[in-house]
Amino acid sequence: MAEQSGQTRVQQNEPQADPQKAGALSHGPVPLDGSALRSAFDDEHPPSAELISDCVHCGFCLPTCPTYTLWGEEMDSPRGRIDLMKAGLQGAPMTGTMVQHFDACLGCMACVTACPSGVQYDKLIEATRVQVERHHDRRPGDRALRAAIFALFPHKKRLRALRGPLRAYQASGLPRVVRGSGLLERLAPKLAAMEGLAPPLEKREKLPTRVSAVGTRRAVVGLLTGCVQGEFFPGVNAATARVLAAEGCDVVIPRKQGCCGALSVHNGRQVEAEKFARATIDAFEAAGVQTVVVNAAGCGSSMKEYAEVLADDPAYAERARAFAASVRDVSELLTELGTVAERHPLEVTVAYHDACHLAHAQGVRAQPRTLLREIPGLRLKEIAEAEICCGSAGIWNILNPEPARELGDRKARNIAATGAEVLVTANPGCLMQVSSSLQRQGTRIGLAHTIEVLDASIRGLPVSTLGPQH
Amino acid sequence: MSGTHGTETTAGPVEGHVPPEATSATGEAGDNSAGMAAVTRVARATLSPNGVIDDPTELRTYECDGLAHYRVTPALVALPETTEQLAAVVRACSEHRVPFVARGSGTGLSGGALPRADGVLIVTSRMRTIREIRREDQRAVVDPGVINLDVTRAATPEGYYYAPDPSSQQICSIGGNLAENSGGAHCLKYGFTSNHVLGAELVTPQGDIVQLGGLAPDAPGYDLLGTVVGSEGTLGIATTTTVRLVRLPEEVRTLLAGFRSTDEAGAATSAIISAGVLPAAIEMMDALAIEAAEAAVHCNYPAGAGAVLVIELDGASAEVEHEYAQVERFCTENGAFELRLATDPAERALIWKGRKSAFAAVGRISPDYIVQDGVIPRTALPEVLRAIAALSSSSGVRVANVFHAGDGNLHPLVLFDDARPGAGRAAEEVSGAILDLCISHGGAITGEHGVGVDKAAYMPKMFTDDDLDTMQMVRCAFDPDNISNPGKVFPTPRLCGEVPGKRKHAHPLVEAGLADAF
Repeated sequence: MAEQSGQTRVQQNEPQADPQKAGALSHGPVPLDGSALRSAFDDEHPPSAELISDCVHCGFCLPTCPTYTLWGEEMDSPRGRIDLMKAGLQGAPMTGTMVQHFDACLGCMACVTACPSGVQYDKLIEATRVQVERHHDRRPGDRALRAAIFALFPHKKRLRALRGPLRAYQASGLPRVVRGSGLLERLAPKLAAMEGLAPPLEKREKLPTRVSAVGTRRAVVGLLTGCVQGEFFPGVNAATARVLAAEGCDVVIPRKQGCCGALSVHNGRQVEAEKFARATIDAFEAAGVQTVVVNAAGCGSSMKEYAEVLADDPAYAERARAFAASVRDVSELLTELGTVAERHPLEVTVAYHDACHLAHAQGVRAQPRTLLREIPGLRLKEIAEAEICCGSAGIWNILNPEPARELGDRKARNIAATGAEVLVTANPGCLMQVSSSLQRQGTRIGLAHTIEVLDASIRGLPVSTLGPQH
Repeated sequence: MSGTHGTETTAGPVEGHVPPEATSATGEAGDNSAGMAAVTRVARATLSPNGVIDDPTELRTYECDGLAHYRVTPALVALPETTEQLAAVVRACSEHRVPFVARGSGTGLSGGALPRADGVLIVTSRMRTIREIRREDQRAVVDPGVINLDVTRAATPEGYYYAPDPSSQQICSIGGNLAENSGGAHCLKYGFTSNHVLGAELVTPQGDIVQLGGLAPDAPGYDLLGTVVGSEGTLGIATTTTVRLVRLPEEVRTLLAGFRSTDEAGAATSAIISAGVLPAAIEMMDALAIEAAEAAVHCNYPAGAGAVLVIELDGASAEVEHEYAQVERFCTENGAFELRLATDPAERALIWKGRKSAFAAVGRISPDYIVQDGVIPRTALPEVLRAIAALSSSSGVRVANVFHAGDGNLHPLVLFDDARPGAGRAAEEVSGAILDLCISHGGAITGEHGVGVDKAAYMPKMFTDDDLDTMQMVRCAFDPDNISNPGKVFPTPRLCGEVPGKRKHAHPLVEAGLADAF
């Protein structure tokens, strides 16, 4: 094949083993209309040509990709985004169009589960996002919103400061007026998205720094309290500590812990992510625990990635590896230990929703279901299209309110179709997103974290404690 | 790129390069830029704003389908949402002599949806409405972008399903299935797509919307629907399609049988079929294919098996019961050392998952591979498998075998590492030799993946010039301007109006260097 000009680019096969030698980089540049534009990625950890070459373009990822499901376009599908990364490696510039398709990825990792060839799309998109943050100038509005989000969410104290005004606002009856008027949605859809997501706030329960095991001690574990989980769903942390103690764990809750950095890791904010990771490792090393337990799917998945986040930091690389290996989702730990505390019956039908960062990113699917099935009287329903994200995806629903709402509504319809009385899931983001869609749809259903259901069963609380919250 | 689905033609000059035939199939950008501009204007005026793609970066994501070996960036991508929109784009193409290529989900394995650099890629992925599930007459009416498995999902509550099940059924579209006459594991008993399409709306290469077939079977006159099914997009674009639904069987039994060798598994297959038992599917995988599937989906196939058969029986319970006893006996008599009957839907799904992921899973044991798609008479199975093994050992090229044993549709996977000089070339030679084996045993060069761009050069090995000329005349009757997926199926774009037989002068387009003749 003669090298062709213009848009006819019939390309050669790419060798696998040695990308430096003959991989994607050696393909020759993509035509750049004559101008000397800089290529999309710099040399500092661009998406790996070798990982890209694992994609055989079979398309099995498409039906599980939320954006492909919504829009039916290749460039908003996993294999299409991989094509864009490849174009970037071959010298294509990082245009606004290209970035738009990377940004549109929810990072739900359903494609990683679906891929028969084992493409590590999670690593590829995270490397790409870091490059985007380094090289792409966002529009002022977008930049300001992102700055605001990252100035707020990973900071407990700031979130806590927000609780007072938010509770007052919720108690005032204003939310109904605001939502009913539709004014906020017209003026500022992204702000409206944030308003709609804020859950009705519970009373904060202050946790001690140590909760002792009930009966024989079987393990000593540290508990990550998280930012959004801790401030918006404090009952979940209290329930986690109680259940762990009931199952024979001494629970250590280091005061000094902060944000784990999940939102930063998943949005390409590398420096910030490294900072949060180091601080989290320090806090739990100081606590002297062998296992770190997490009850938020997004946090657990990013903490299991610390080895990659801190790979270039000689002072932390080894510690990060050891730390990552010690992280367990609470449902993983409980099934590993084997449960001993008595379960009281809960006569209730629940639907279990797989949080993407638990099911796809951590492969934790069976454990929560096993734990729920151990409860006498509890009937477990599966939700149709379980593999498709609810549209929460960290901060994606704030940045992309309209498609997020479509995904949320689709999920809410599937949840309603199960006829369950309580929706159970293990991530604060999913709970907020799904609850706002269920509310819009007029479905009355209880919302609970897996651990709250276990807690109710162990304590013999009535089902009504999990009952409809709106 | 790792998975090289598909072969190169033997005429291909160097590995990884597109052979001359394929290059002439891809068109040169800018041949007809005024025409392209006019079509773009029509598309913009007709489609929704995000339904027209001409950004060079975005266009790149459409440069190949499931056969990533060949890549061509289209000049324009159109994503219509209705038949009328689609027809308007085709009409504009016809008016300005701009070639167009239809694409569904882009999972084809023969490059049937390889774009033209001088043409429009018309993608049906936004036409995904299931219009009707007609339980009372066992029909479904669906748009072309509807995913194969979604038809089954929609029909299941009514007690029905859509029988053709290509391995990519979770994502391949009905429109693409119709174009390629797709098969699948259960074709043994239920037949190919052509047995399940009852009617289709066709947008002709002139942009007219015509109805072929309908709800009633066997319309009088020529079977134009039969002509269009499997025509690989060369006779127009099928849109809303009426398909047959099949009653869900009362009982399904899925058996996994482990054998020491493919010879034994092949003998068991022959024994089952010759006894008059017709399972819904008999699938075979050899040791290498099993290794790949284990690595990908942990399907837990019998350890140490040289071959496994996946045998599925379905139908009335009494019948399945009776046939199962026979199948079990034939497997044991022919050396099966382990028989495992799926006891629940999860086990059944896992058995099938191993089989259905096999192609892509081979990416786990080899950096590159070629998926072949040959057909042989079932009786030739043991002989051809031995010949493939001999080819493999003499050339040193590994070949994994995954195939529909029941109907003799082989899918040898030829493994290689393109980073090793000459490895690609050697793999292509083995792959080509396998096709020659199929032809010499009375078989065919493709069972279900289509000819596309990938096997066009093999057509003259299977058909005489007269055969090919006859096919061309059919094509020209539908598409005299040769704009509907040109360059596919046939080795060179024989021009309409050319008289078969000896020619005195070269065609003006050939003289102008715009086309080749053969």
